Amino acid sequence: MTAVDTPAPRLQGDTTVAVPAAATTPEPTGRGVKSLGARVLLFVVLALITVAFIYPFLWLLSASFKPQGEVFDNKLIPETFTFDNYISVWSEAPMALWLFNTLLVTVLATVTVTISSAMVAWGFSYFRFPGRTALFGVVLATMMLPGAVTMIPVFLIWDALGQVGNLTPLWAGNLFGSAFYIFLLRQFFLGLPRDLFEAAKIDGANNWQIFWRVALPLTKPALIVTALFEFQAAWTDLMRPLIYLRDSDTFTVPRGLKSLVDRFGFAGEFHWEIIVTASVITTIPMIILFFLGQRHFVQGIATTGSKG
Amino acid sequence: MTAVAPNEVLPAPSPKQPRGGRRRETRGALLFISPWIIGFLVFTAYPVFYTGYLSFTDYDVINDPELVGFENFKTLLEDPKIALSLRNTFVFAAMTVPAQLLVSLGLALLLDWAGRASGFFRTVFFLPKMTPPVAIGVLFLLLFNGQSGFINTMLGAVGINGPAWTTDAAWIKPGLVAMSLWTVGGSVIILLAALRSVPQELYDASRVDGARFWRQTFHITLPMISGALFFVFIVETIAAFQSFSEAYTAFFGAGNSTYSNDAALFYSIYLFQQAFEFLHMGYASAMAWILFAIIMIVTFVQVKVSKRFVFYEGEQR
Repeated sequence: MTAVDTPAPRLQGDTTVAVPAAATTPEPTGRGVKSLGARVLLFVVLALITVAFIYPFLWLLSASFKPQGEVFDNKLIPETFTFDNYISVWSEAPMALWLFNTLLVTVLATVTVTISSAMVAWGFSYFRFPGRTALFGVVLATMMLPGAVTMIPVFLIWDALGQVGNLTPLWAGNLFGSAFYIFLLRQFFLGLPRDLFEAAKIDGANNWQIFWRVALPLTKPALIVTALFEFQAAWTDLMRPLIYLRDSDTFTVPRGLKSLVDRFGFAGEFHWEIIVTASVITTIPMIILFFLGQRHFVQGIATTGSKG
Repeated sequence: MTAVAPNEVLPAPSPKQPRGGRRRETRGALLFISPWIIGFLVFTAYPVFYTGYLSFTDYDVINDPELVGFENFKTLLEDPKIALSLRNTFVFAAMTVPAQLLVSLGLALLLDWAGRASGFFRTVFFLPKMTPPVAIGVLFLLLFNGQSGFINTMLGAVGINGPAWTTDAAWIKPGLVAMSLWTVGGSVIILLAALRSVPQELYDASRVDGARFWRQTFHITLPMISGALFFVFIVETIAAFQSFSEAYTAFFGAGNSTYSNDAALFYSIYLFQQAFEFLHMGYASAMAWILFAIIMIVTFVQVKVSKRFVFYEGEQR
């Protein structure tokens, strides 16, 4: 082959804002406030806001340890401390089953969307083919489409396939990649040095091997961001479980929590302590997820915005 | 490969080689892109057209769709709940978007000023964003409860008689807006990243020119991050127009017969009800197209108007 065929670097001016660049942004230079008085004031204000942001969590956690009559007493330390709610929530609702369903859907959704989006992103960043820019434009354009426009026919498709009532519609769409993650991962791929892949090619690696063995391991940070974002999205989703799940035994935790609100919050007996406890159980995995992947979450979001 | 002697290349006409390589490359690309192409055709392209078709039909899932012309759109115009839900959605968006922008900008500035110590606070501000929307709906009902909620207890402590946030039609949307401010963490991170990338030289130069803190903030900081502000503005607006989960959890669903929820009937909620509770698939499809049109128009206007205020680095003015 001649130089003609050696693909030129495919970075485009407007897309070179690569993820790694943002990921290695050194912690702040910023405009730190210097004078002591101003700093004290600043930290007092920040501390007060911190309390405001943390308080709802503490309120919820504390309420989950209170007996029925004291849920609304707004005391941070429960007057009567009880674990009963955490026991009765399992008997009042198939909590274990809900957690299992949610975990299953979330893991499947995360794994499938991460791999498929990475594949598609790779297809759009490594190869050169006619119509590439236009086709990628279509990928980006789909992000603008409100979910409502496709919601009904997509439901009808799953209905025709006999999947309404199953967990499948909650994750199987992820087999086909997701525009936002494709965008995110492509940015990252474009930032990788091309020589590596040319070298692998010369060593006899085929397309799949270049992708799987060379490119993917280098893309770990972006893959983690994708996985974390999707894990959160899948775990917390309410609308699709509302559309697709019918039987309480198939519910995810958010859908189940909604059914508890309907049962114990609105109609009949008021058992807010059960709702509160179920809310804690629904939320805690997400808090853990955040602390496990904090850095990646923050960098992932910061990167999203830098495309302005 | 590149070391091939010229005379060896000559026999095989050179245009052919690259074309074969090009074709091979296209095939490789298609293999990698194929999941998206299939997904796009099945789950996006076909549904978009099918929704368009359904919007001209009467369809209840059980019987075949029946063409009814513009009937759905005519009904739409006369449906008082459409007008109500549109008004609710616009009012909510008009309150929540500016509020979120201001609060997230304020918090981002505070974090920027805090310099190296900001890490902990950034974590705290982001944490609520992790809360599932259902749980936020529950928290709203509890914290904003008119009689014994935490918010009104606090207001009472300073002598304000708080409204019935969850039942008084006039206060439901302001309450939801206040609740939405709890989850501005994502926008804060985006704006903070933008603040951190403002070149220090600009501040140094302006200090030499005698510009003080506030002057710098208004004449350097804000213009330099206007791109990120605009991004947050657009994203928050689109999200506000589609907001569903929190209000649905707090006010709709199987159980609620205890109080009026008209004030919380957002367009997305009404659309969901029409489609999946009343099984008016044709009507809901028409509604979906209207929503799409509204979002496009609003975004277009925002882009046009903001052009005058948004500054991108390297841009000629």
